[in-house]
Amino acid sequence: MASYSTNEFKSGLKVMLDNDPCAIIENEFVKPGKGQAFNRVKIRNLKTGRVIERTFKSGDSLESADVVDVAMQYLYSDGAFRHFMVPDTYEQYQCDEKTVADASKWLKDQDSCTVTLWNDSPLLVTPANFVELSIVETDPGVRGDTSGGGGKPATLETGAVVRVPLFVQLGEVIKVDTRTGEYISRVKE
Amino acid sequence: MLKEWQPTCSKEALRIRAQVLADIRSFFLVRDVLEVETPLLGHGCGTDPQLDFFTTEYGCSPEEDRLFLQTSPEFAMKRLLASGSGSIYQICKAFRNGESGRFHNPEFTLLEWYRLGFTLSELMDEIEELLTILFKGHKHLCYPQRFSYEDIFLRHTGLNPLRFSYTDYCDYALRVGTPDAVTLCGYDHNLWLDFIFSHHIQSLLGQNAICMIYGYPASQSSLARINRRNSEIVDRVEVFINGIELGNGYYELTDAQEQSARFDREITCRQERKLPTVVKDKHLIAALEEGLPECSGMAIGLDRLLMLLTSNEKIDDVLNFPLSRA
Repeated sequence: MASYSTNEFKSGLKVMLDNDPCAIIENEFVKPGKGQAFNRVKIRNLKTGRVIERTFKSGDSLESADVVDVAMQYLYSDGAFRHFMVPDTYEQYQCDEKTVADASKWLKDQDSCTVTLWNDSPLLVTPANFVELSIVETDPGVRGDTSGGGGKPATLETGAVVRVPLFVQLGEVIKVDTRTGEYISRVKE
Repeated sequence: MLKEWQPTCSKEALRIRAQVLADIRSFFLVRDVLEVETPLLGHGCGTDPQLDFFTTEYGCSPEEDRLFLQTSPEFAMKRLLASGSGSIYQICKAFRNGESGRFHNPEFTLLEWYRLGFTLSELMDEIEELLTILFKGHKHLCYPQRFSYEDIFLRHTGLNPLRFSYTDYCDYALRVGTPDAVTLCGYDHNLWLDFIFSHHIQSLLGQNAICMIYGYPASQSSLARINRRNSEIVDRVEVFINGIELGNGYYELTDAQEQSARFDREITCRQERKLPTVVKDKHLIAALEEGLPECSGMAIGLDRLLMLLTSNEKIDDVLNFPLSRA
């Protein structure tokens, strides 16, 4: 397996640390005057999501992790597992709820998303940055209100709850940023 | 949006750099310190195992085909001093392989100067004078500070840097949330000192003030002289402002035998760590044997100084073309 030296560490690089696959977030080169150079590295453990800081001697190396992001289509849930498919190859993968985790509230059948594979098994599911979902529950809007102001909660077809402006109505389709969980706009059909 | 061909620094940074160069030249002119130039490309190079160099192939001669880009002009300048040049200074490029980051570019600008007959504390006075002049009109500086390495270490960590206690050092690392130091440093006292100093002390030094740390442990001597009264420390100084290390100076080692022995130790260390080989600079040793006058010398990284003067966070913000665009 390939390994990376500290001077190749850059944001997004996938490496093995303490037997877990990790992604490098930040790498700072630290060198005291005449002494040993260090690399202070911020790393996200891809299994737990936790971010840790670790210091390496410059020139040390870490084994690369066989981690790839694959664009997939979400197919369906069978109750225990959620099923995904690579559109080009029709290859299918199943993920348990723990792996899907927070992504589940944004996943609608047929939507595309990114599945991160470690040694060819799903490690993480990331929804598309923007999704379009219909509102299944919200209080009736107030006539005349055309902008943000306070807003109100709305439940979407996937179960996610987001704050929407008062004029947005039950049954409408809205665009949401999944990274922040914020309402972006109404979608005209 | 900046295009790839364009400089990464502002026009203002270019202007301030030119101003700083002019100020430095007039500072040394009135003090009768001679400006010199020495080769950037040479047959020899420093042996410091912590500094990685660039080598290049010379096409003309079949025998000596490997040349080094200098990691510092120190050796050539000391040969000038030994030849009777008197006090000298130089503003030049220096090259250090593999050094890249917020505070590092592999090619950078150094101001290096040597003062005949100066002790370390006289050199420190002059560093203060020079920096005060360069900062004037750019940034307000508070009253300068000076601490010994031992005092600053004790003050911020409670540890004695001159006496290694594995358990005390480990306890400290666990207490301040850097347990990785324990496996990284093990029983290597110098590595512990470098780790703790760079992780827990340096960032606190010189808040809007010139902060000088002197009296480094003898194990971190480099080319400095052992202190006359205390053989556990060397007459070496480092300068910090806002936690940024600006430069390093010594009351220079003039003993050829001692210098040669230190080179041998560094060469052995390079072999043990399987680092690129380098032969010791025979011209420097010969010059020291002839006699280097008593002197103190200082090197300051001008790019980092400019970062401070222009309140920039990255060295790229004060370089016109950092390596990625060079």
